[in-house]
Amino acid sequence: MSASVAVGRRARSVIWHVGALAVLAVILYPVVWVIGGSFKPGDQIIGSLQLLPTDPITDNYRRLSDGIADVPISTFFTNSLLLAVGSVIGVLFSCSLAAYAFARIRFAGRGALFTLMISTLLLPFQVLIIPQYILFQKLGLINTYVPLLLGKYLAADAFFVFLMVQFMRGLPRELDEAARLDGCGHLRIYWNIVLPLCRPALITSAIFTFIWSWNDFIGPLLYLNEPDKYTVSLGLKLFIDQDSVADYGGMVAMSMVALLPVLLFFLAFQRYLVEGAATSGLKG
Amino acid sequence: MAGRRQGRRETLAGYLFLTPWCVGILLLTLGPMLVSLYLAFTDYNLFDSPKWIGFKNFQDLFEDDRWWTSVQVTLKYVLIGTPLKLAAALAVALLLVKPRKGQGFYRSAFYAPSLIGASVSIGIVWRAIFNDDAIVDKSMSLFGWDVGGWIGDPDWALPTLITLTVWQFGAPMVIFLAGLKQVPGELYEAAAMDGAGRWRRFRSITLPMISPVLFFNLLLELIHSFQVFTSAVVIAGSGTNTGGPGDSLLVYGWYLYEQGFRNLRMGYAAAMAWMLMLGIGLVTAVLFKTQRGWVHYEEEDAK
Repeated sequence: MSASVAVGRRARSVIWHVGALAVLAVILYPVVWVIGGSFKPGDQIIGSLQLLPTDPITDNYRRLSDGIADVPISTFFTNSLLLAVGSVIGVLFSCSLAAYAFARIRFAGRGALFTLMISTLLLPFQVLIIPQYILFQKLGLINTYVPLLLGKYLAADAFFVFLMVQFMRGLPRELDEAARLDGCGHLRIYWNIVLPLCRPALITSAIFTFIWSWNDFIGPLLYLNEPDKYTVSLGLKLFIDQDSVADYGGMVAMSMVALLPVLLFFLAFQRYLVEGAATSGLKG
Repeated sequence: MAGRRQGRRETLAGYLFLTPWCVGILLLTLGPMLVSLYLAFTDYNLFDSPKWIGFKNFQDLFEDDRWWTSVQVTLKYVLIGTPLKLAAALAVALLLVKPRKGQGFYRSAFYAPSLIGASVSIGIVWRAIFNDDAIVDKSMSLFGWDVGGWIGDPDWALPTLITLTVWQFGAPMVIFLAGLKQVPGELYEAAAMDGAGRWRRFRSITLPMISPVLFFNLLLELIHSFQVFTSAVVIAGSGTNTGGPGDSLLVYGWYLYEQGFRNLRMGYAAAMAWMLMLGIGLVTAVLFKTQRGWVHYEEEDAK
Protein backbone atom coordinates (compact mmCIF):
# COMPACT_ATOMS: atom_id res chain seq x y z
CA MET A 1 0.00 0.00 0.00
CA SER A 2 2.56 2.55 1.09
CA ALA A 3 4.85 1.35 -1.69
CA SER A 4 2.23 2.07 -4.33
CA VAL A 5 1.61 5.50 -2.83
CA ALA A 6 5.32 6.19 -3.04
CA VAL A 7 5.37 5.05 -6.67
CA GLY A 8 2.40 7.28 -7.42
CA ARG A 9 4.16 10.25 -5.87
CA ARG A 10 7.29 9.45 -7.85
CA ALA A 11 5.34 9.31 -11.07
CA ARG A 12 3.64 12.62 -10.36
CA SER A 13 6.99 14.21 -9.57
CA VAL A 14 8.39 12.96 -12.89
CA ILE A 15 5.38 14.32 -14.77
CA TRP A 16 5.80 17.65 -13.00
CA HIS A 17 9.44 17.93 -13.99
CA VAL A 18 8.73 16.90 -17.58
CA GLY A 19 6.06 19.61 -17.76
CA ALA A 20 8.29 22.25 -16.25
CA LEU A 21 11.19 21.32 -18.52
CA ALA A 22 8.95 21.49 -21.59
CA VAL A 23 7.93 25.06 -20.70
CA LEU A 24 11.55 25.88 -19.96
CA ALA A 25 12.56 24.69 -23.42
CA VAL A 26 10.03 27.05 -25.05
CA ILE A 27 11.20 29.91 -22.86
CA LEU A 28 14.86 29.36 -23.48
CA TYR A 29 14.75 28.54 -27.18
CA PRO A 30 14.90 32.12 -28.50
CA VAL A 31 17.62 33.05 -26.05
CA VAL A 32 19.78 30.06 -26.95
CA TRP A 33 19.03 30.82 -30.58
CA VAL A 34 20.56 34.31 -30.30
CA ILE A 35 23.61 33.05 -28.46
CA GLY A 36 24.15 30.22 -30.95
CA GLY A 37 23.33 32.33 -33.98
CA SER A 38 25.79 35.04 -33.05
CA PHE A 39 28.62 32.52 -33.51
CA LYS A 40 27.39 31.19 -36.86
CA PRO A 41 28.29 32.43 -40.34
CA GLY A 42 25.63 34.87 -41.56
CA ASP A 43 24.21 32.60 -44.26
CA GLN A 44 23.52 29.77 -41.80
CA ILE A 45 21.58 31.77 -39.25
CA ILE A 46 18.13 31.65 -40.80
CA GLY A 47 18.06 28.39 -42.70
CA SER A 48 19.88 26.07 -40.34
CA LEU A 49 17.88 24.03 -37.87
CA GLN A 50 20.90 23.48 -35.71
CA LEU A 51 20.62 25.57 -32.59
CA LEU A 52 24.32 25.71 -31.83
CA PRO A 53 27.01 26.29 -34.44
CA THR A 54 29.08 23.26 -35.45
CA ASP A 55 32.04 25.53 -36.06
CA PRO A 56 31.76 28.59 -33.82
CA ILE A 57 33.20 31.76 -35.32
CA THR A 58 33.67 35.19 -33.81
CA ASP A 59 33.53 37.11 -37.11
CA ASN A 60 30.12 38.56 -36.28
CA TYR A 61 31.39 40.17 -33.12
CA ARG A 62 34.58 41.33 -34.78
CA ARG A 63 32.55 42.98 -37.49
CA LEU A 64 30.71 44.96 -34.80
CA SER A 65 33.93 46.78 -33.98
CA ASP A 66 33.52 48.57 -37.34
CA GLY A 67 30.42 50.17 -35.83
CA ILE A 68 27.09 50.93 -37.47
CA ALA A 69 26.71 53.88 -39.84
CA ASP A 70 30.20 55.09 -38.89
CA VAL A 71 29.35 55.19 -35.20
CA PRO A 72 31.32 52.80 -32.98
CA ILE A 73 29.22 50.37 -30.93
CA SER A 74 30.82 51.66 -27.76
CA THR A 75 29.11 55.02 -28.33
CA PHE A 76 25.66 53.41 -28.29
CA PHE A 77 26.65 51.57 -25.14
CA THR A 78 27.94 54.65 -23.37
CA ASN A 79 24.77 56.52 -24.28
CA SER A 80 22.46 53.75 -23.07
CA LEU A 81 24.46 53.38 -19.87
CA LEU A 82 24.40 57.12 -19.23
CA LEU A 83 20.63 57.24 -19.67
CA ALA A 84 20.02 54.13 -17.58
CA VAL A 85 22.17 55.31 -14.67
CA GLY A 86 20.72 58.82 -14.88
CA SER A 87 17.22 57.32 -14.80
CA VAL A 88 17.99 55.15 -11.79
CA ILE A 89 19.26 58.11 -9.77
CA GLY A 90 16.21 60.17 -10.68
CA VAL A 91 13.69 57.45 -9.86
CA LEU A 92 15.28 56.61 -6.52
CA PHE A 93 15.34 60.24 -5.49
CA SER A 94 11.97 61.50 -6.69
CA CYS A 95 9.83 58.38 -6.17
CA SER A 96 11.05 57.79 -2.63
CA LEU A 97 10.28 61.39 -1.69
CA ALA A 98 6.75 61.09 -3.06
CA ALA A 99 6.28 57.67 -1.48
CA TYR A 100 7.36 58.99 1.90
CA ALA A 101 4.76 61.74 1.70
CA PHE A 102 2.00 59.27 0.77
CA ALA A 103 3.00 56.66 3.33
CA ARG A 104 4.13 58.68 6.32
CA ILE A 105 2.77 62.23 6.31
CA ARG A 106 -0.87 63.07 7.05
CA PHE A 107 -1.62 66.08 4.89
CA ALA A 108 -4.74 67.61 3.46
CA GLY A 109 -5.58 66.14 0.07
CA ARG A 110 -3.48 63.02 0.47
CA GLY A 111 -6.24 60.59 -0.43
CA ALA A 112 -7.22 62.45 -3.60
CA LEU A 113 -3.63 62.84 -4.79
CA PHE A 114 -2.91 59.18 -4.12
CA THR A 115 -5.90 58.19 -6.24
CA LEU A 116 -4.70 60.54 -8.95
CA MET A 117 -1.26 58.94 -8.84
CA ILE A 118 -2.68 55.42 -9.10
CA SER A 119 -4.99 56.40 -11.97
CA THR A 120 -2.03 57.58 -14.05
CA LEU A 121 -1.06 53.90 -14.16
CA LEU A 122 -4.04 53.31 -16.43
CA LEU A 123 -3.21 56.16 -18.79
CA PRO A 124 -1.99 55.21 -22.27
CA PHE A 125 1.28 57.00 -22.97
CA GLN A 126 0.07 57.92 -26.46
CA VAL A 127 -2.12 60.66 -24.97
CA LEU A 128 0.96 62.36 -23.59
CA ILE A 129 3.67 62.00 -26.21
CA ILE A 130 2.40 64.58 -28.69
CA PRO A 131 2.13 67.52 -26.26
CA GLN A 132 5.31 66.44 -24.50
CA TYR A 133 7.12 66.39 -27.83
CA ILE A 134 5.79 69.84 -28.68
CA LEU A 135 6.90 71.14 -25.27
CA PHE A 136 10.43 69.82 -25.62
CA GLN A 137 10.60 70.97 -29.22
CA LYS A 138 9.64 74.53 -28.26
CA LEU A 139 12.26 74.47 -25.52
CA GLY A 140 14.91 73.39 -28.04
CA LEU A 141 15.55 70.12 -26.21
CA ILE A 142 15.12 67.73 -29.13
CA ASN A 143 18.21 65.59 -29.63
CA THR A 144 19.19 65.97 -25.99
CA TYR A 145 18.66 63.53 -23.15
CA VAL A 146 16.49 65.91 -21.14
CA PRO A 147 13.13 64.62 -22.50
CA LEU A 148 14.18 61.06 -21.69
CA LEU A 149 15.31 61.87 -18.15
CA LEU A 150 13.04 64.65 -16.89
CA GLY A 151 10.14 62.36 -16.01
CA LYS A 152 12.41 60.18 -13.90
CA TYR A 153 13.34 63.17 -11.75
CA LEU A 154 9.70 64.20 -11.37
CA ALA A 155 8.40 60.84 -10.11
CA ALA A 156 6.38 60.27 -13.28
CA ASP A 157 6.75 56.47 -12.91
CA ALA A 158 3.79 55.82 -10.63
CA PHE A 159 4.67 52.13 -10.45
CA PHE A 160 7.73 52.84 -8.38
CA VAL A 161 5.99 55.33 -6.13
CA PHE A 162 3.33 52.69 -5.52
CA LEU A 163 5.92 49.97 -4.87
CA MET A 164 7.72 52.15 -2.33
CA VAL A 165 4.50 53.28 -0.64
CA GLN A 166 3.51 49.64 -0.18
CA PHE A 167 6.88 48.87 1.33
CA MET A 168 6.96 51.91 3.62
CA ARG A 169 3.50 51.12 4.95
CA GLY A 170 4.88 47.79 6.12
CA LEU A 171 7.58 49.42 8.24
CA PRO A 172 6.82 49.66 11.99
CA ARG A 173 5.54 53.14 12.88
CA GLU A 174 7.11 53.05 16.33
CA LEU A 175 10.45 53.79 14.72
CA ASP A 176 9.50 57.19 13.38
CA GLU A 177 7.41 58.00 16.44
CA ALA A 178 10.45 57.40 18.65
CA ALA A 179 12.58 59.53 16.34
CA ARG A 180 9.94 62.23 16.40
CA LEU A 181 10.00 62.32 20.21
CA ASP A 182 13.75 62.80 19.90
CA GLY A 183 12.97 65.89 17.87
CA CYS A 184 13.64 64.59 14.37
CA GLY A 185 11.79 66.26 11.52
CA HIS A 186 10.44 64.48 8.45
CA LEU A 187 13.58 65.05 6.44
CA ARG A 188 15.74 63.26 8.98
CA ILE A 189 13.25 60.44 9.49
CA TYR A 190 13.09 60.00 5.73
CA TRP A 191 16.83 60.05 5.24
CA ASN A 192 18.09 58.28 8.37
CA ILE A 193 15.33 55.79 9.14
CA VAL A 194 12.93 55.09 6.30
CA LEU A 195 15.32 55.10 3.35
CA PRO A 196 17.82 52.63 4.85
CA LEU A 197 14.97 50.29 5.78
CA CYS A 198 13.54 50.54 2.27
CA ARG A 199 16.61 49.08 0.64
CA PRO A 200 14.83 46.08 -0.89
CA ALA A 201 12.18 48.30 -2.53
CA LEU A 202 14.86 50.74 -3.70
CA ILE A 203 16.94 47.95 -5.22
CA THR A 204 13.91 46.51 -7.02
CA SER A 205 12.99 49.92 -8.40
CA ALA A 206 16.58 50.59 -9.45
CA ILE A 207 16.90 47.33 -11.37
CA PHE A 208 13.58 47.71 -13.13
CA THR A 209 14.36 51.32 -14.02
CA PHE A 210 17.72 50.31 -15.44
CA ILE A 211 16.25 47.52 -17.55
CA TRP A 212 13.31 49.59 -18.82
CA SER A 213 15.55 52.48 -19.71
CA TRP A 214 17.96 50.11 -21.45
CA ASN A 215 15.16 48.51 -23.49
CA ASP A 216 13.29 51.75 -24.18
CA PHE A 217 12.72 52.26 -27.87
CA ILE A 218 9.98 54.78 -28.46
CA GLY A 219 11.53 57.47 -26.25
CA PRO A 220 14.90 57.55 -28.02
CA LEU A 221 13.13 57.07 -31.37
CA LEU A 222 11.11 60.22 -30.79
CA TYR A 223 13.73 62.47 -29.31
CA LEU A 224 17.14 61.46 -30.71
CA ASN A 225 17.98 62.10 -34.33
CA GLU A 226 21.76 61.99 -34.64
CA PRO A 227 23.40 58.54 -34.68
CA ASP A 228 26.13 59.56 -32.24
CA LYS A 229 23.44 60.24 -29.63
CA TYR A 230 21.67 56.91 -30.30
CA THR A 231 21.13 54.26 -27.66
CA VAL A 232 21.71 50.55 -28.21
CA SER A 233 18.05 50.03 -29.16
CA LEU A 234 18.27 52.67 -31.88
CA GLY A 235 21.62 51.31 -33.02
CA LEU A 236 19.88 47.99 -33.55
CA LYS A 237 17.17 49.72 -35.53
CA LEU A 238 19.85 51.15 -37.82
CA PHE A 239 20.73 47.55 -38.57
CA ILE A 240 17.17 46.60 -39.48
CA ASP A 241 16.84 49.65 -41.68
CA GLN A 242 19.84 48.49 -43.67
CA ASP A 243 17.82 45.34 -44.37
CA SER A 244 18.84 45.27 -48.02
CA VAL A 245 22.34 44.33 -46.93
CA ALA A 246 20.88 41.49 -44.79
CA ASP A 247 23.91 41.20 -42.55
CA TYR A 248 22.26 38.64 -40.32
CA GLY A 249 25.50 37.76 -38.57
CA GLY A 250 26.13 41.30 -37.42
CA MET A 251 22.48 41.85 -36.56
CA VAL A 252 22.27 38.79 -34.33
CA ALA A 253 25.59 39.56 -32.66
CA MET A 254 24.42 43.11 -31.98
CA SER A 255 21.10 41.80 -30.58
CA MET A 256 23.08 39.56 -28.29
CA VAL A 257 25.27 42.41 -27.12
CA ALA A 258 22.18 44.52 -26.45
CA LEU A 259 20.53 41.75 -24.43
CA LEU A 260 23.61 40.91 -22.41
CA PRO A 261 23.38 43.61 -19.71
CA VAL A 262 19.71 42.79 -19.09
CA LEU A 263 20.44 39.07 -18.87
CA LEU A 264 23.32 39.67 -16.48
CA PHE A 265 21.16 41.92 -14.34
CA PHE A 266 18.52 39.26 -14.32
CA LEU A 267 20.94 36.54 -13.23
CA ALA A 268 22.35 38.73 -10.48
CA PHE A 269 19.09 40.12 -9.11
CA GLN A 270 16.41 37.60 -10.12
CA ARG A 271 15.07 37.38 -6.56
CA TYR A 272 14.41 41.10 -6.34
CA LEU A 273 12.88 41.17 -9.78
CA VAL A 274 10.49 38.27 -9.27
CA GLU A 275 9.47 39.38 -5.77
CA GLY A 276 8.95 42.93 -7.01
CA ALA A 277 6.83 41.70 -9.89
CA ALA A 278 4.76 39.54 -7.55
CA THR A 279 3.95 42.31 -5.10
CA SER A 280 3.16 45.14 -7.43
CA GLY A 281 2.41 43.66 -10.80
CA LEU A 282 5.33 45.35 -12.51
CA LYS A 283 5.53 44.75 -16.19
CA GLY A 284 8.80 43.83 -17.79
CA MET B 1 -4.85 75.08 18.52
CA ALA B 2 -1.61 73.15 18.74
CA GLY B 3 -3.26 70.33 16.83
CA ARG B 4 -4.29 72.60 14.00
CA ARG B 5 -0.88 74.18 13.78
CA GLN B 6 0.68 70.77 13.67
CA GLY B 7 -1.78 69.74 10.97
CA ARG B 8 -0.75 72.73 8.88
CA ARG B 9 2.88 71.87 9.44
CA GLU B 10 2.26 68.31 8.28
CA THR B 11 0.49 69.55 5.18
CA LEU B 12 3.40 71.82 4.38
CA ALA B 13 5.85 68.95 4.87
CA GLY B 14 3.69 66.68 2.72
CA TYR B 15 3.69 69.09 -0.21
CA LEU B 16 7.41 69.74 0.15
CA PHE B 17 8.09 66.04 -0.23
CA LEU B 18 5.64 65.89 -3.10
CA THR B 19 7.06 68.87 -4.99
CA PRO B 20 8.84 66.86 -7.71
CA TRP B 21 5.80 64.65 -8.17
CA CYS B 22 3.42 67.65 -8.32
CA VAL B 23 5.55 69.42 -10.92
CA GLY B 24 5.70 66.16 -12.87
CA ILE B 25 2.01 65.48 -12.86
CA LEU B 26 1.17 69.03 -13.93
CA LEU B 27 3.90 69.43 -16.52
CA LEU B 28 4.11 65.90 -17.94
CA THR B 29 0.67 64.37 -17.35
CA LEU B 30 -2.31 66.65 -16.69
CA GLY B 31 -1.05 69.54 -18.82
CA PRO B 32 -0.28 67.33 -21.82
CA MET B 33 -3.65 65.58 -21.48
CA LEU B 34 -5.48 68.89 -21.77
CA VAL B 35 -3.26 70.07 -24.61
CA SER B 36 -3.80 66.88 -26.58
CA LEU B 37 -7.54 67.19 -26.02
CA TYR B 38 -7.37 70.68 -27.49
CA LEU B 39 -5.14 69.59 -30.36
CA ALA B 40 -7.57 66.81 -31.22
CA PHE B 41 -9.90 69.55 -32.48
CA THR B 42 -7.25 71.37 -34.49
CA ASP B 43 -5.12 71.06 -37.56
CA TYR B 44 -1.52 71.30 -36.33
CA ASN B 45 1.81 70.51 -37.96
CA LEU B 46 4.24 71.65 -35.23
CA PHE B 47 5.30 74.79 -37.09
CA ASP B 48 2.18 76.81 -37.94
CA SER B 49 -0.13 77.65 -35.07
CA PRO B 50 -2.99 75.18 -34.46
CA LYS B 51 -6.16 75.83 -36.47
CA TRP B 52 -9.48 74.97 -34.83
CA ILE B 53 -11.44 72.59 -37.06
CA GLY B 54 -14.01 71.17 -34.65
CA PHE B 55 -14.80 67.50 -35.08
CA LYS B 56 -13.17 67.24 -38.50
CA ASN B 57 -10.31 65.01 -37.24
CA PHE B 58 -12.76 62.55 -35.77
CA GLN B 59 -14.86 62.54 -38.94
CA ASP B 60 -11.72 61.89 -40.96
CA LEU B 61 -10.76 59.06 -38.64
CA PHE B 62 -14.00 57.25 -39.33
CA GLU B 63 -13.42 57.58 -43.06
CA ASP B 64 -9.78 56.54 -42.85
CA ASP B 65 -9.38 52.92 -43.99
CA ARG B 66 -5.95 52.60 -42.44
CA TRP B 67 -7.29 53.81 -39.10
CA TRP B 68 -9.93 51.09 -39.21
CA THR B 69 -7.22 48.61 -40.11
CA SER B 70 -5.16 49.69 -37.11
CA VAL B 71 -8.21 49.37 -34.86
CA GLN B 72 -8.88 45.86 -36.15
CA VAL B 73 -5.27 44.75 -35.87
CA THR B 74 -5.02 46.05 -32.32
CA LEU B 75 -8.33 44.57 -31.22
CA LYS B 76 -7.36 41.18 -32.63
CA TYR B 77 -4.01 41.40 -30.90
CA VAL B 78 -5.58 42.37 -27.57
CA LEU B 79 -8.58 40.03 -27.66
CA ILE B 80 -6.64 36.95 -28.77
CA GLY B 81 -3.28 37.63 -27.16
CA THR B 82 -4.43 38.58 -23.66
CA PRO B 83 -6.63 35.52 -22.95
CA LEU B 84 -3.96 33.19 -24.35
CA LYS B 85 -1.28 34.84 -22.28
CA LEU B 86 -3.32 34.75 -19.09
CA ALA B 87 -4.36 31.14 -19.71
CA ALA B 88 -0.72 30.16 -20.14
CA ALA B 89 0.20 32.15 -17.05
CA LEU B 90 -2.48 30.49 -14.93
CA ALA B 91 -1.73 26.99 -16.24
CA VAL B 92 1.97 27.28 -15.50
CA ALA B 93 1.27 28.91 -12.12
CA LEU B 94 -0.93 25.93 -11.21
CA LEU B 95 1.91 23.63 -12.21
CA LEU B 96 4.42 25.57 -10.16
CA VAL B 97 2.36 26.18 -7.04
CA LYS B 98 3.12 22.84 -5.40
CA PRO B 99 6.40 23.09 -3.55
CA ARG B 100 8.91 20.93 -5.35
CA LYS B 101 12.60 20.91 -5.98
CA GLY B 102 13.59 23.53 -8.53
CA GLN B 103 10.38 25.54 -8.12
CA GLY B 104 12.22 28.78 -7.48
CA PHE B 105 14.48 28.24 -10.46
CA TYR B 106 11.57 27.62 -12.82
CA ARG B 107 9.71 30.62 -11.50
CA SER B 108 12.65 32.92 -12.20
CA ALA B 109 13.38 31.38 -15.59
CA PHE B 110 9.77 31.71 -16.73
CA TYR B 111 9.72 35.32 -15.64
CA ALA B 112 12.79 36.26 -17.69
CA PRO B 113 10.97 36.76 -21.05
CA SER B 114 8.84 39.50 -19.49
CA LEU B 115 11.98 41.56 -19.01
CA ILE B 116 13.35 41.22 -22.52
CA GLY B 117 10.27 40.48 -24.62
CA ALA B 118 9.49 44.06 -25.59
CA SER B 119 13.08 44.85 -26.59
CA VAL B 120 14.27 45.43 -30.14
CA SER B 121 16.63 42.44 -29.82
CA ILE B 122 13.86 39.94 -29.18
CA GLY B 123 11.80 41.49 -31.97
CA ILE B 124 14.71 40.76 -34.29
CA VAL B 125 14.90 37.19 -33.01
CA TRP B 126 11.20 36.71 -33.67
CA ARG B 127 11.56 38.16 -37.12
CA ALA B 128 14.33 35.67 -37.80
CA ILE B 129 12.79 32.48 -36.41
CA PHE B 130 9.46 33.11 -38.14
CA ASN B 131 11.14 33.97 -41.45
CA ASP B 132 10.83 31.99 -44.69
CA ASP B 133 12.71 28.74 -44.43
CA ALA B 134 13.60 29.33 -40.78
CA ILE B 135 12.87 27.02 -37.87
CA VAL B 136 9.11 27.61 -37.51
CA ASP B 137 8.49 27.33 -41.24
CA LYS B 138 10.56 24.15 -41.53
CA SER B 139 9.16 22.39 -38.51
CA MET B 140 5.60 23.12 -39.62
CA SER B 141 6.38 21.74 -43.07
CA LEU B 142 7.39 18.52 -41.33
CA PHE B 143 3.78 18.19 -40.24
CA GLY B 144 2.66 18.91 -43.77
CA TRP B 145 1.49 22.40 -42.90
CA ASP B 146 3.10 24.60 -45.49
CA VAL B 147 2.51 28.20 -44.55
CA GLY B 148 5.91 29.54 -45.49
CA GLY B 149 7.48 32.28 -43.40
CA TRP B 150 4.95 33.75 -41.03
CA ILE B 151 6.26 37.29 -41.09
CA GLY B 152 5.81 37.73 -44.84
CA ASP B 153 2.24 36.46 -44.89
CA PRO B 154 -0.61 38.91 -44.19
CA ASP B 155 -2.59 36.15 -42.44
CA TRP B 156 0.27 34.96 -40.27
CA ALA B 157 2.19 38.10 -39.34
CA LEU B 158 -0.18 39.00 -36.51
CA PRO B 159 -0.10 35.49 -35.01
CA THR B 160 3.69 35.93 -34.92
CA LEU B 161 3.25 39.04 -32.80
CA ILE B 162 0.74 37.21 -30.59
CA THR B 163 3.18 34.35 -29.93
CA LEU B 164 5.63 36.97 -28.73
CA THR B 165 3.21 38.36 -26.17
CA VAL B 166 2.18 34.89 -25.02
CA TRP B 167 5.86 34.05 -24.58
CA GLN B 168 5.94 36.78 -21.93
CA PHE B 169 3.41 35.02 -19.70
CA GLY B 170 5.87 35.11 -16.79
CA ALA B 171 4.81 38.48 -15.37
CA PRO B 172 1.13 37.56 -14.84
CA MET B 173 2.24 34.05 -13.80
CA VAL B 174 4.24 35.44 -10.90
CA ILE B 175 1.18 37.40 -9.76
CA PHE B 176 -1.06 34.33 -10.11
CA LEU B 177 1.43 32.34 -8.04
CA ALA B 178 1.30 34.90 -5.26
CA GLY B 179 -2.51 34.68 -5.33
CA LEU B 180 -2.61 30.87 -5.42
CA LYS B 181 -0.42 30.69 -2.33
CA GLN B 182 -3.08 32.64 -0.41
CA VAL B 183 -5.78 30.01 -1.02
CA PRO B 184 -6.20 28.10 2.26
CA GLY B 185 -5.36 24.41 1.93
CA GLU B 186 -8.29 23.36 4.16
CA LEU B 187 -10.72 24.33 1.41
CA TYR B 188 -9.21 21.73 -0.92
CA GLU B 189 -9.09 19.10 1.81
CA ALA B 190 -12.75 19.63 2.64
CA ALA B 191 -13.68 19.50 -1.04
CA ALA B 192 -11.64 16.34 -1.59
CA MET B 193 -13.48 14.72 1.34
CA ASP B 194 -16.75 15.60 -0.32
CA GLY B 195 -15.46 13.79 -3.37
CA ALA B 196 -14.96 16.83 -5.59
CA GLY B 197 -12.74 16.06 -8.57
CA ARG B 198 -9.82 18.07 -9.83
CA TRP B 199 -11.82 20.15 -12.31
CA ARG B 200 -14.60 20.76 -9.80
CA ARG B 201 -12.09 21.96 -7.21
CA PHE B 202 -10.53 24.28 -9.77
CA ARG B 203 -13.92 25.73 -10.81
CA SER B 204 -15.41 26.04 -7.34
CA ILE B 205 -12.42 26.91 -5.18
CA THR B 206 -9.38 28.06 -7.12
CA LEU B 207 -11.09 30.33 -9.64
CA PRO B 208 -13.28 32.26 -7.16
CA MET B 209 -10.45 32.53 -4.66
CA ILE B 210 -8.02 34.01 -7.18
CA SER B 211 -10.61 36.10 -9.03
CA PRO B 212 -9.26 39.38 -7.58
CA VAL B 213 -5.82 38.48 -8.94
CA LEU B 214 -7.34 37.48 -12.25
CA PHE B 215 -9.14 40.81 -12.40
CA PHE B 216 -5.92 42.70 -11.67
CA ASN B 217 -3.97 40.75 -14.29
CA LEU B 218 -6.70 41.14 -16.88
CA LEU B 219 -6.92 44.90 -16.36
CA LEU B 220 -3.17 45.38 -16.49
CA GLU B 221 -2.60 43.13 -19.49
CA LEU B 222 -5.44 44.66 -21.50
CA ILE B 223 -4.25 48.21 -20.94
CA HIS B 224 -0.69 47.18 -21.61
CA SER B 225 -1.37 45.36 -24.86
CA PHE B 226 -3.51 48.17 -26.33
CA GLN B 227 -0.26 50.16 -26.36
CA VAL B 228 1.94 47.62 -28.15
CA PHE B 229 4.53 49.32 -30.33
CA THR B 230 8.15 48.18 -30.42
CA SER B 231 7.56 44.48 -31.14
CA ALA B 232 5.18 45.23 -34.01
CA VAL B 233 7.52 47.77 -35.58
CA VAL B 234 10.55 45.49 -35.35
CA ILE B 235 8.81 42.32 -36.53
CA ALA B 236 7.35 44.17 -39.51
CA GLY B 237 10.79 45.53 -40.33
CA SER B 238 10.64 49.27 -40.69
CA GLY B 239 11.43 51.20 -43.83
CA THR B 240 9.93 50.00 -47.08
CA ASN B 241 6.97 47.87 -45.98
CA THR B 242 5.49 50.09 -43.27
CA GLY B 243 2.69 48.32 -41.46
CA GLY B 244 3.92 44.85 -42.28
CA PRO B 245 2.56 42.69 -45.11
CA GLY B 246 -0.78 44.19 -46.17
CA ASP B 247 -0.71 46.43 -43.08
CA SER B 248 -1.36 43.32 -41.02
CA LEU B 249 0.94 44.57 -38.23
CA LEU B 250 -0.23 48.16 -38.27
CA VAL B 251 -1.00 48.41 -34.56
CA TYR B 252 -2.71 51.50 -33.23
CA GLY B 253 0.36 52.98 -31.56
CA TRP B 254 2.32 52.68 -34.75
CA TYR B 255 -0.28 54.37 -36.96
CA LEU B 256 -0.48 57.15 -34.40
CA TYR B 257 3.29 57.54 -34.49
CA GLU B 258 3.26 57.58 -38.27
CA GLN B 259 0.55 60.24 -38.49
CA GLY B 260 1.90 62.39 -35.68
CA PHE B 261 5.63 62.23 -36.14
CA ARG B 262 6.27 61.17 -39.73
CA ASN B 263 3.44 63.09 -41.42
CA LEU B 264 3.38 65.76 -38.68
CA ARG B 265 -0.42 65.60 -38.51
CA MET B 266 -0.34 66.22 -34.80
CA GLY B 267 -3.97 67.22 -34.42
CA TYR B 268 -5.05 64.05 -36.18
CA ALA B 269 -2.70 61.97 -34.00
CA ALA B 270 -4.05 63.67 -30.87
CA ALA B 271 -7.57 62.73 -31.93
CA MET B 272 -6.33 59.15 -32.39
CA ALA B 273 -4.78 59.23 -28.92
CA TRP B 274 -8.04 60.34 -27.36
CA MET B 275 -9.98 57.64 -29.19
CA LEU B 276 -7.51 55.12 -27.75
CA MET B 277 -7.97 56.65 -24.34
CA LEU B 278 -11.75 56.37 -24.69
CA GLY B 279 -11.40 52.76 -25.80
CA ILE B 280 -9.22 51.87 -22.85
CA GLY B 281 -11.51 53.81 -20.52
CA LEU B 282 -14.50 51.87 -21.88
CA VAL B 283 -12.79 48.52 -21.35
CA THR B 284 -11.76 49.53 -17.83
CA ALA B 285 -15.28 50.69 -17.02
CA VAL B 286 -16.81 47.46 -18.33
CA LEU B 287 -14.34 45.42 -16.27
CA PHE B 288 -15.12 47.35 -13.10
CA LYS B 289 -18.87 47.14 -13.78
CA THR B 290 -18.83 43.40 -14.29
CA GLN B 291 -16.46 42.64 -11.44
CA ARG B 292 -19.34 42.43 -8.95
CA GLY B 293 -20.57 39.41 -10.84
CA TRP B 294 -17.38 37.40 -10.93
CA VAL B 295 -14.76 38.84 -8.59
CA HIS B 296 -15.02 37.61 -5.02
CA TYR B 297 -13.39 39.61 -2.29
CA GLU B 298 -12.80 37.91 1.05
CA GLU B 299 -14.37 40.70 3.13
CA GLU B 300 -17.66 40.35 1.29
CA ASP B 301 -17.80 36.63 1.99
CA ALA B 302 -17.21 37.24 5.66
CA LYS B 303 -20.23 39.55 5.94
